[in-house]
Amino acid sequence: MVDIARGPTDLVPPAEVEDAELYHPKSWITKYVFSQDAKVIAIQYSLTAMAIGLVALVLSWLMRLQLGFPGYFSFISPESYYQFITMHGMIMVIYLLTALFLGGFGNYLIPLMIGARDMVFPYVNMLSYWVYLLAVLVLVASFFAPGGPTGAGWTLYPPQAILSGTPGSGWGIVLMLSSLILFIIGFTMGGLNYVVTVLQGRTRGMTLMRMPLTIWGIFTATVMALLAFPALFVGAVMLLFDRLLGTSFFMPAIVEMGQFLERDGGSPILFQHLFWFFGHPEVYIVALPAFGIVSDLISTHARRNIFGYRMMVWAIVAIGALSFIVWAHHMYVSGMNPYFGFFFATTTLIIAVPTAIKVYNWILTLWRGDIHLTVPMLFALGFVVTFVNGGLTGLFLGNAVVDVPLSDTMFVVAHFHMVMGVAPILVILGAIYHWYPKITGRMLNDALGKFHFWVTFLGAYAIFFPMHYLGLMGVPRRYFELGETISLQESHSLNAFITVVALLVGFAQMVFLFNLGWSLFRGREAGSNPWRATTLEWQTPDTPPRHGNWGKELPVVYRWAYDYSVPGAEQDFLPQNQPSPVRSG
Amino acid sequence: MAVTIIFLAVVGSVIAWWLSRQRLTSKPWLEEGAGEPPAGPGSGGPIPAAKLGLWVFLAVVGSLFALFISAYSMRMHMGDWRPLSLPDLLWVNTGLLIFSSFALHRAVLAARREDGGNLEAALLAGTVSAAGFLIGQILAWRQMAAGGVFLASSPAASFFYLITAVHGLHLAGGLVALTRAGIRVARGGGTERTRLSVELCAVYWHFLLLVWVVLFALLLLTRGGTH
Repeated sequence: MVDIARGPTDLVPPAEVEDAELYHPKSWITKYVFSQDAKVIAIQYSLTAMAIGLVALVLSWLMRLQLGFPGYFSFISPESYYQFITMHGMIMVIYLLTALFLGGFGNYLIPLMIGARDMVFPYVNMLSYWVYLLAVLVLVASFFAPGGPTGAGWTLYPPQAILSGTPGSGWGIVLMLSSLILFIIGFTMGGLNYVVTVLQGRTRGMTLMRMPLTIWGIFTATVMALLAFPALFVGAVMLLFDRLLGTSFFMPAIVEMGQFLERDGGSPILFQHLFWFFGHPEVYIVALPAFGIVSDLISTHARRNIFGYRMMVWAIVAIGALSFIVWAHHMYVSGMNPYFGFFFATTTLIIAVPTAIKVYNWILTLWRGDIHLTVPMLFALGFVVTFVNGGLTGLFLGNAVVDVPLSDTMFVVAHFHMVMGVAPILVILGAIYHWYPKITGRMLNDALGKFHFWVTFLGAYAIFFPMHYLGLMGVPRRYFELGETISLQESHSLNAFITVVALLVGFAQMVFLFNLGWSLFRGREAGSNPWRATTLEWQTPDTPPRHGNWGKELPVVYRWAYDYSVPGAEQDFLPQNQPSPVRSG
Repeated sequence: MAVTIIFLAVVGSVIAWWLSRQRLTSKPWLEEGAGEPPAGPGSGGPIPAAKLGLWVFLAVVGSLFALFISAYSMRMHMGDWRPLSLPDLLWVNTGLLIFSSFALHRAVLAARREDGGNLEAALLAGTVSAAGFLIGQILAWRQMAAGGVFLASSPAASFFYLITAVHGLHLAGGLVALTRAGIRVARGGGTERTRLSVELCAVYWHFLLLVWVVLFALLLLTRGGTH
C-alpha cells in the first residue's frame, strides 16, 4: 500500500453561503408537488419512470405470452402485438432508462455529490419534470386513443409508420411523436441544469478530477444527450409534418392498396440517419451513468480505491466522443453504400477499446479487495458479467458481414436486451439498494433484496441466453407467430420456456416494489452512512438530507472519492471532506 | 450528415480545449488539500451561471439547425430535387434582423455605461425590428403561397417552410425574454441583473442572426431561377 506521507493539510474555514440564495418552500404544495428541490424532483422523476416502466413490463409479458403460446390468447391480435412491441421498446429506452438515470439519479446525486445546495436553475428544473410528466401522459393517452398506440416498431421507420396498414397510424403515431417532442424539450431543460451545475456548482476543493465517477458518467451522458436528442427532435418533427400536413420529407412515391398516394420524393433513409444519429449515442447515454455508478458501487463495497481513476475518466470521455460516429452500424441492411459500412464497422470496433479498459479496471478494483456481497454489490457484479456478455455479441454484430445474416433475428433482440436492457437495469436496481438508505433513512430488506437479485439475474440469463440460439436458428424478430415453418419447430419449446421465466422475473420485480414500500416504514434505521462510503452525499448533516442539503456551511473537499482501506485511519476510509488522516498510533 | 459532424467537431474542440485546462492528467489519489479558494463570490466560477447555461443551450440549438441543414443537403443531392425560387422580401427581412442584432449590441454597450435613455431606445429598436423580421417572414410565406408554392408542394418547399418556421419560433421565444428584459429596464434598471439579461438577449440575438445568415446563404445557393 502507498504510505500516506502527505504533508499537513491546512484547515480551510468553511464557506458560508447566504441563506437568501435558496428558494424556501412555503406550503405543502411547493414542498412536495411543485417543488424546486432537486431531491424531490429526482423522486418524482424516478416514481414516474418506474410507473411507466411497469406498463412496459406488463407489455413484455403479453408479447412473451403470444410468442411462447401462440394461439392460446385470443385477445392478442397481430395488431396489438405490434403495438406492445413498439410501446415496450420506446418506454423502456426513453421514458424509463433515460429519465431514471438522468432525471432521477442525476437530480438526486449531482448536487449532493459535488457539494452544492441545489441545481443552478431550480425553477427550470421543476419545469423539466412537469414537461416530462406531460410527455408520459400524452404517451399513455395513446393507449386510449381510437385505433390504439402506434405499432410502427420502436424505431418508427417511415414510410410504414404513417401508412394506414400500420396499427395506430391515426392517433397513435401523432401522440407518440408529440410525446417524444415534449420529452426532448423537458430533457433539455433538465440537461442544461445538470451540465451547468457540474461546471459551476462544485464546492471548494471539488476539482473535476476529484468528482466521483458517477458524476462523470452522468455529466458526459448529459452532454451527449443534449447534442444527440435534437436529431430525434428533427426526425420527429419532420415525420409529424409528413403525417399531419402532407409533406414528403420521408415519404417516397408510394402505391397503397392499388392507389397512388399524393406523396413524392421523400427519403426513408434520411429518417434512419436522423434516428440512429440519436439512437446510437442513446445507448451510451444510458450506459455511461451505469458505468459511473457501478464504479462507485464496486469501489465502496470492495473497500478498494478504484483502479485507474484517470483512465476511467478518459474512457468515459472517449466513449462519449466515439459514440457519435458509429450510428450507421444500425443500418448495414438499409441499402446504404457498403463503404460506409466498412467505416462504421471500424469505428464500432474501436469503441470496444475504452469499454474494455473500463471492464478491466472494474475487475482490477475487485482484485484482492475486501468484497462485501451486499445487495448493491451483487447487482454491480451482475452488471459487469452481463455487460461483458452483451458487449461480446456486440462485436459480432458490429461487423457488417456477420451482421447481415443475423440482422432482424432474435440474436439482435438478445444482444441489445443484454447490453442495454438487463445491464443498465441491474445498475439501476443496485443503485436503488445503495442510495435508498440516504433517500429514506431506512435500509431495504436484505433477504428480499437477495431473492430479488438472484431471480432477476439468473432469470435474465435464462431468458436471453436461449434467445441468441433462437437467432442463430433463424427465428426472425417482430413476427407475431412462426407458423408451420419446419426449420423453426424446435423453437417452440424454447420460446415457451423463455415465456415462463419472463413471468417469474416479472414477479420478482413485484417483490422489489413491495420491498420499496415496506422498508419505507419497517426498514432498519440506516444512520447517515451505512456503507461507510467516502463521497459527499453520505456526509450530510441530516438523513434524508434537508432542502439545501448542507447545514449552514458547504462542505470543503480535501481528497478524491476513493480513499478506502487507508492504513492508519480511524475507520478504514476517509470521507472526501475530511482534512487529514487521523492516526491511531 | 457532414454539416452535423462538422458542427459537432467544433463543439467537440471547445470541449476538448476546456478539458485540456482541467488537469485531467493530475493524480488525484496523491493530492490532498482544499486548493485555492474560489475566485468570485459564491462558489461559482468567473462566468455567471445564466450565461453559461445560455451557451450550452446555444450548442443544443446549433445542433438542431445543423441537423436540419444536414437533412436538407442530403435530400438535395437526390436526383429528383426541384429547386425553389425565393421571394426578394427575404433580403429586407435579413436587413431587419441585422439591424435588430446591431441595436441589441448598442443596448449592451449602453447598459455597461449605465446609460438608461440609450438603453431603452436601443432595446425598443431591437424589439421592433425583430418583430418586423417575424412579420416579414410571414409575408414572405404568403408571397410564396400566392405563387402556388405551399408546404407540401415539393421537398424544397417543405424544407423552406419548416426551417424558417423553426428559426422564427426561436426568435419569437427570444422576443418574450427580450420583452421581459425591456420591462425590467423600464421599471428602473441599471442593476447587475438587468445588465446580465440584456447581455444574454444580445448573445442569443447574434446567434440567431448567424443561424439565419447561414440558412439564407444555403437557400440562396440552392435556389432555382426566378419564375
